[in-house]
Amino acid sequence: MCASPYYRMQFMLCAGTGCIASGSLDLKSALERELTKRNLQDEVQIIMTGCNGFCAQGPIMVAYPDGVLYSRVKPEHAPLIVEEHVLKGRVVEKLLFKEEAAKDRVPLMKDIGFFGLQRLIVLRNRGLIDAENIDEYIARDGYAALAKAVTQMTPEEVIEEVKKSGLRGRGGGGFPTGLKWEECRRYASFPKYTICNGDEGDPGAFMDRSVMEGDPHSVLEGMAISGYAIGAEQGYIYVRAEYPLAIKRLQKAIEDARDYGLLGKDILGSGFNFDVGIAPGAGAFVCGESTALMYSIEGKRGMPRIKPPRSAEAGLWNQPTNLNNVETFANLNPLILNGGDWFASIGTEGSKGTKVFALTGAINNVGLVEVPMGTTLKTLIFDIGGGIPKKRKFKAAQMGGPSGGCIPNGMEDVQIDFESLIDVGAMMGSGGVVIMDEATCMVDTARFFTEFCVDESCGKCTPCREGLKVMFEKLTDIVEGRGQEGDVEFLIELGHHINNTSHCGLGKSAANPVLSTIRYFRNEYDDHIREKHCTALVCPNLIDFVVIEEKCKMCGMCYRNCPSDAIIWEKKKVARIDQEKCTKCRTCILNCRFRAIR
Amino acid sequence: MPKISIEDLKKIKEREKQRMVLREGQHRAKITVHMGTCGIAAGAREIMTLFRDQIAERDLSDVILTNSGCAGLCAKEPMITVEIVNQPPVKYISLNRAKAMRIFEEHVLAGKAVEEFALARGSETMAT
Repeated sequence: MCASPYYRMQFMLCAGTGCIASGSLDLKSALERELTKRNLQDEVQIIMTGCNGFCAQGPIMVAYPDGVLYSRVKPEHAPLIVEEHVLKGRVVEKLLFKEEAAKDRVPLMKDIGFFGLQRLIVLRNRGLIDAENIDEYIARDGYAALAKAVTQMTPEEVIEEVKKSGLRGRGGGGFPTGLKWEECRRYASFPKYTICNGDEGDPGAFMDRSVMEGDPHSVLEGMAISGYAIGAEQGYIYVRAEYPLAIKRLQKAIEDARDYGLLGKDILGSGFNFDVGIAPGAGAFVCGESTALMYSIEGKRGMPRIKPPRSAEAGLWNQPTNLNNVETFANLNPLILNGGDWFASIGTEGSKGTKVFALTGAINNVGLVEVPMGTTLKTLIFDIGGGIPKKRKFKAAQMGGPSGGCIPNGMEDVQIDFESLIDVGAMMGSGGVVIMDEATCMVDTARFFTEFCVDESCGKCTPCREGLKVMFEKLTDIVEGRGQEGDVEFLIELGHHINNTSHCGLGKSAANPVLSTIRYFRNEYDDHIREKHCTALVCPNLIDFVVIEEKCKMCGMCYRNCPSDAIIWEKKKVARIDQEKCTKCRTCILNCRFRAIR
Repeated sequence: MPKISIEDLKKIKEREKQRMVLREGQHRAKITVHMGTCGIAAGAREIMTLFRDQIAERDLSDVILTNSGCAGLCAKEPMITVEIVNQPPVKYISLNRAKAMRIFEEHVLAGKAVEEFALARGSETMAT
C-alpha cells in the first residue's frame, strides 16, 4: 500500500445549512463507519461541500466519478450505499432523485432539469469543492484572477474590464459595478474601504448565505480585486449574525488566505496590501442599506442618512468606500479571468451575466438556482423549479422580497432582467422568489410583507414609521372582515405617499407589495371587502365553514382531522360542520382534497 | 516577503487538480471493473486493488478507476472494460493478476489493446 491513498471514489456530501439541518453530518459519520467496517476507508473519500442548491431534496450526496446524485439520504442508508455502490458498482435506485413530472428516476446530475438548465458563474464551485479547503478553491482557478489583476493589469484596466462586462450590482439596486469603482477610485483620500454586504434579510432569500458558506474564498478574492481597483487596503464583510456557519467559514477562509499571503502585505509579491475583517450584523433589516450598514460597522445605530455625499466619496468613517453585494463579488474571478467581453456575451441587452435565485414557497424544487439573465419566469418555475405541488395552479411569484412586487399568473413569460421586472411592477431585488399557488390569499400576503416592514422600519421618517402602521391596520381590518368601500383607494393613495416621501430604499419600496397585489388582484380585495369572503380560504373570519354538497366526496378526511369534533359525518353521507363547535382553525380546509368547504 | 508566489499558486492548482480529477469528468482512460456478485466471487476485488495500487504508485492523474455491476457474462468473470478517450471500449474476460498487469501496461498506459485477453470492442446495443 502506498502512503497517500489513491481514492477511486469521492462522495461529495452537501454541508450547506439546509442539508446539515436534514442530517448530513450524521450521514457522514454513518458512511465513515460503514467504509471502515469494510476496510474501504482508503478507497472512498468523503468531502463536505457547500450548498448544492437542491435543498428540498436534502441531504444531497453526489458520488464521483460517475456523478450519480442521491437525494434524501439518511444515515441508515449508509450500509446499502457502501454495499451496492462502492462494492458492487450498482446505482442505489431507491435513493435516486425522482423528478415530479417525469415519474422516472434520473441518476445523472446533468440529466436533471433542475441542474441541467442552470448556468453557473457565481455558484461555479458549488458541490465541487470542500468549502473549508483553500487548495481546492485554488485548483478551480481560485485566486488566479487576483494574481492576474495585481501583476498584469493596472487598477484602471481592471475597472475598464468590469465596465465592459456590464456587471450590475446584485444586491437589488442594479447599479453598474464598474462605474461605482471608477467613482470611488477618483477620490484621492486615504484610507479607502471596500465592503461586502452580506446582510441578507429578505424573507425567503438565502443566496448570499449559500455563497458565503459554500465558497467563501470567491467572495474574498472579489473583494481583494475591488480593493486593488479602487485603491483600498482594508475590506469588511458585513454578515448577518444569524448566519453562524457563514461567519465560521469566512473566518477560516480569511486565516487560510493570510497564511498563503493572499491577504495581507505585498500580495503575491506585487506590493499590493489588502486585508479583510468580519463585521457581524446588528440584526436589523435596515442595516442592509448601504449608509446604515456603514454606521453599524462604526458601532453606531444603523440608520440611513441623506445622500449626497455618496459613499464613494464619504462612506465608512467618512472615507471613500465601495460597497458591493456578496454575489457581485463572487462574479469577479471568472469575469477577470475570461474578460469583460465574455461576461457581456451572457444575458440580455441591459442585464449581463447570470442571477442567483432562491426559490421558495409553493414549488416542488425549493432551492438555489443560477440562470442567465433573460430566462423567463416560466422556465424558472416549471422547468427548473419542477412546478407547483399538489396539482395546484400557479397564482403569482413575489420577487424582490418585501420591496418587490408580484408577477401574476398569465405573465410568467416575462424575462428575468432588471428592466423587464420593473416594467411589470416587480423588481430583481436580491433574488428571493416566493411562489404562491391558488391557496394563497394575496391580501394576507400583502399584510405579511407590510408587517415585516413595520417591524423593520428604523423610525427615522414619518411616512415609513407611521404610514406603514396605518397601512397594516387597514389591511388587518380587511382580512378580519371590517373592510369598507374606499379602503383600496385609501391604500393606493397612502402607498404612493410612503414610496414618494421616504428617504431610504426600505421606505421607498415598502408599499410595493400592497400596490402590486392591488394592481393584479384587485378582485380579491373587493371580495374581502364586499362579499366578506376570502376565495383562497385563508382568512378565517371570511370563510363560511360550510360544506359544498356537490363537491363533497364523503371521504371523511375533514371528520378525521378536526381537532374539535365539529364535523358531523357518516360513511356515504355528505359532511356537515357544527358552527357551535367550529373554532375556524382551517384544518378541514387543509385536509379536503376536493376544495369542498367554503 | 510574499508567502507564496504565482508559481506556487500554479503548483497548488496542479497538485489539487490531480486529486479532484474524479469530479471534473476529464480523463484519458477509464477502467471499469465489473463487480457483480459473480465478479466479486471470481476475484474482481483483487483486480480492483491491483489497479488502485498501480495508479497510486505511478501517481497517474488521468486514469479513472470505477466499478459497475455484472456485465452479463458471469462465466467469464472477472471482467473489466477499458476505455481510452476517442477509442471504442474493450472488454476483457477471465482475468487474473498477471493478465490485469499486462492490460494495465499495454492498454491503459501505452494505448494498445491486448487482443489475446479481449472479448470484444464496443458497447452493447441499447434499445431506443
